[in-house]
Amino acid sequence: MDFSTGIGLILLIVGQCLLITVSVLLCLAFLMYADRKIWAAVQMRKGPNVVGVFGLLQSFADFLKYVFKEIVIPAGADKVVFILAPLITFVLSLVAWSVIPFNSGWVLTDLNVGILFIFAVAGLEVYGVIMGGWASNSKYPFLGSLRSAAQMISYEVSIGFILVGILISTGSLNLTKIVMAQDGSYGLFSWYWLPHFPMVILFFISALAETNRPPFDLPEAEAELVAGFQVEYSSTPFLLFMIGELMTVVLMCTLTAILFFGGWLSPVPFLPDGVFWLVLKVLFFFFLFAMVKAIVPRFRYDQLMRLGWKVFLPLSLGWVVVVATLAQFDFPGYARWAIEGV
Amino acid sequence: MQASGVIFYFFSFIVVFSATLVVVSRNPVHSVLWLILTFFGASGLFILLGAEFLALMLMIVYVGAVAVLFMFVVMMLNINFRDLKSGFTRYLPVGLLIGLVLFVELSLIFGDWIPINFMNGSIQKAVDLELENTKQLGRVLYTDYILYFQLAGIILLIAMIGAIVLTHQRKRAVKRQDVLTQMYRDPERSIELKDIKPGQGL
Repeated sequence: MDFSTGIGLILLIVGQCLLITVSVLLCLAFLMYADRKIWAAVQMRKGPNVVGVFGLLQSFADFLKYVFKEIVIPAGADKVVFILAPLITFVLSLVAWSVIPFNSGWVLTDLNVGILFIFAVAGLEVYGVIMGGWASNSKYPFLGSLRSAAQMISYEVSIGFILVGILISTGSLNLTKIVMAQDGSYGLFSWYWLPHFPMVILFFISALAETNRPPFDLPEAEAELVAGFQVEYSSTPFLLFMIGELMTVVLMCTLTAILFFGGWLSPVPFLPDGVFWLVLKVLFFFFLFAMVKAIVPRFRYDQLMRLGWKVFLPLSLGWVVVVATLAQFDFPGYARWAIEGV
Repeated sequence: MQASGVIFYFFSFIVVFSATLVVVSRNPVHSVLWLILTFFGASGLFILLGAEFLALMLMIVYVGAVAVLFMFVVMMLNINFRDLKSGFTRYLPVGLLIGLVLFVELSLIFGDWIPINFMNGSIQKAVDLELENTKQLGRVLYTDYILYFQLAGIILLIAMIGAIVLTHQRKRAVKRQDVLTQMYRDPERSIELKDIKPGQGL
């Protein structure tokens, strides 16, 4: 069959989409399990250990449990928007994977503006939260959604500026080119984490806040807001919210690996590059995410806002100026486009 | 019909349909949601034109930021939208007139409108099919139009500062937290251990 035109091409694209979706979701099931295991280990508990060997199938059991429960829609809720909100969260977090390069050439859509696409999709995820909170027609979800939306918008700004620094260094918005620009003869020392060092930490913390993970999980702060915008959700819609959120977390880990840690590139020159390096890096950052969740106490809301607007925004904005200056005067490591000609 | 034609009509239909529903729908939050769908359709049209940078900027700026603020305002302010809509028939002629003017302008462009050479040249200068359009836009904005670009930025900055000045007021009565003093508190100075003997109070 001809896979370059017409029906064959469409079939090929659908097949690739399915491949990415299924593998991401499968990985997610085990990452969710890993998340709970790490959290449990820090607190000296055993964590899930009943379903399957070592509890490995726990996520699948949870999945079945969620799916077979009844979907409860509150009486005063806006039904369409209520159902639409979790769908939007889920679909958007899945769509972002379409531009992620897993290996050189292993990318569904090699978009010229790939990084902008991811930024746009991450920006849209706020709607799932707002719509969910509003459509529930109750005060707690509404307050939760407002807090969450404000938080996501605030940290998006500094993420945007951090990305600008990377883009200046690379001279392209294409994710594959961003990784290729980090390919140097010094192995892991030619990756962007070294020239953009302070921004790695900022990006990691902003990613925590953007994905509503602890210590910035104020939207669902159990002690104050019950479960934030998700209070009224049950069954499959809740599951979609949860999967969407976790998928964004993994996406942020992947982005960190691609932007600062050379994606699929090998850390040492004598080993071959490959997709397994990307997987290893993503796992490492996911481990960090899980550890932060277990170790760091939750922020207060005003502290969170202060950190976002008064610390991260000036720092990342200043860094853009620094990178632009260094790149203009050809400081080694900052103007990769001048050397690589990408 | 070509595939691009089908896609064009698909997106145009979305834009027109959802733009109509922005005006017609009763619930203001639904209006904003339809507005977002309109933006989506418009950015789809941009991508069809090969302007992927503009399309994604439309998504990031309008959908990701402006529409969120709309949403906040509409959800939080308790506006009586029945009152707002009561003047519909009164303002209808004005709206129709604006629509007519726009329609005439557009049909003039597609009709026998011949732009003067200067304009023609400056529009064509941007088009260089060899480059991706992010680079094209960058080249035009930061070379020929740097002054206007920077001026636009300054206008936005002034608007931002103005908004902050107008709304930010320091109230004397409100206690404010000093973050630095909070951070430099240590257990030695803030916690005191008292040895309480049984049967006695402090």
